[in-house]
Amino acid sequence: MKILVCVKQVPDMESRFKIDPSGTWYATTDLAWRMNEYDEYAVEQAVQLKEQLGGAPELTVVSIGPERVKEAMKKALAMGCDKGAHIQDEQSCAKDPFEIASILAEYARLQGFDLILTGMQSQDRGSAQVGVLLAELLGIPAVTTIVDFTHQDGAVTVKRELEGGLKAAVKVRLPALFTCQLGLNTPRYPTLPNIMKAKKKELASLAVADLLRVEPLAETRKMAFPERKGGGLVLEGEVAALADQLLGILKEKTAVCK
Amino acid sequence: MKALLVGESRQGQLLDSSYETVAFVRKLGAEAVMFLVGSEGDLPRFDGKLYLADAAACGEYNPAAHKALLLEVVAKEQPDLVIFAHSSYGWDLAPRLALALKAAQISEVIDIQEGAYLVPACNAKLRRQVAAKSAVTVVTIQAGAFGLDGEPTGSPSVEKLAAPAAGDLEFQGYEAAEKGEVDLSRAEIIVSAGRGVGKAENVAIIASLAKALGGELGASRPVVDAGWVDHSRQVGTTGQTVAPKLYVACGISGAIQHLAGMKKSGFVVAINKDKDAPIGEIADVLVVADVLQFVPALTERLTK
Repeated sequence: MKILVCVKQVPDMESRFKIDPSGTWYATTDLAWRMNEYDEYAVEQAVQLKEQLGGAPELTVVSIGPERVKEAMKKALAMGCDKGAHIQDEQSCAKDPFEIASILAEYARLQGFDLILTGMQSQDRGSAQVGVLLAELLGIPAVTTIVDFTHQDGAVTVKRELEGGLKAAVKVRLPALFTCQLGLNTPRYPTLPNIMKAKKKELASLAVADLLRVEPLAETRKMAFPERKGGGLVLEGEVAALADQLLGILKEKTAVCK
Repeated sequence: MKALLVGESRQGQLLDSSYETVAFVRKLGAEAVMFLVGSEGDLPRFDGKLYLADAAACGEYNPAAHKALLLEVVAKEQPDLVIFAHSSYGWDLAPRLALALKAAQISEVIDIQEGAYLVPACNAKLRRQVAAKSAVTVVTIQAGAFGLDGEPTGSPSVEKLAAPAAGDLEFQGYEAAEKGEVDLSRAEIIVSAGRGVGKAENVAIIASLAKALGGELGASRPVVDAGWVDHSRQVGTTGQTVAPKLYVACGISGAIQHLAGMKKSGFVVAINKDKDAPIGEIADVLVVADVLQFVPALTERLTK
């Protein structure tokens, strides 16, 4: 069995963002980078399946982006993926979901993966499109937003998370693609020995130009901070004074603490 | 401009998100027809043509089948714009239709600005203006971003669609959330713990504040996923929708899914050390502080 996990490297969302001089993306300098949170669940699910099947499946992690995205890939290798394919692209952040999915499809088509796992969305762009588009381009079924995964005899049964706590159980035969929601499993922390071992694993480089054969369908015209809608009071200072201040406001503005 | 609205139903019951597509198209001022896999017994209140496929005959959601039905309607109506809710149905189905139509999909639209669609980025800390370069555009709209003024009215003229071939997924049934002991939707005061509390042991600090205020403990999704708080106390689109008189968000950044579940609260206090956290956008008061230091100080003042 061949399994592909698609990961993206994103900034830590606690970062102080600035707008890039182009005005269409955030500045990528002075940021702490990490693996997209949803993708960690995808990596973990792939590794768990490999363990369940006695180590037989071959796990490949793929990522698109500049040199730094290898750090996220190395984490996936340290978590238990076998090898990596880095699609080098300095301009990946400017590409729309259709272009990203098309690049991944060009790569995956030649490899014959039985199972593909992705996060349900990225934390920075949040389009929730790439996984589904990739499956459609490859002509395999896609099941989105999974919070439970069971593999048995070439078929996978998952639970999709719907709204209001409702889940839908769905069964599908492989090959298929699944997009992973938070809470699907508990992503492991790579151990030091596994981090060392990961350094020796294959991490191939591919040029994006060889895989990109489409034009974008959408364009980002501008990125900006949200307009503050005003009204909201921001309190800053020393904790004791803040607590007194808030207590005063609650007494004045709400009926709850008299 | 002509729009195709994609309504949504589950087990034959129309979902309210269908009306959000109506509100959005009214804001655009476009002509609209609607598509629904639903039941004749629960039609949307909508003045216009409704393409209806019978949910009983189609079975529960199967992407390939719904895509085939939508493509049939698109061929008849030739819309410029197809509008979905950004829901588990919309974000699953929209990309499939967009690809088949070679259309741009713009996800989670919250507004229209300078002739482009406005969408959130980076956990709602930033906004992105996106425009389509394709002839047809597919959009999904954020839950709760567009609401109808008043009750929906109207009755559609129904054109029935034949049930499509079965899809490639085998639907095996629904599983409802376990009924918890708390009904947060009735609570007047809710104090919620977010990822900012750091670890399970610290939830007690937030629970003490809830108790001191005479309210219920709530939680954001990451805290529930981590197993620190029971799912029955989760606030947000995948948990409970609440509207207390006072909502205190402790260490909650304010992911859209959380905001959608609590933005009808009367008075919102947010405590967060990140001044730029999106929760600040809807908070009446944002206290910029470490929850682990600030919350005990507040609790102490309330209990003495």
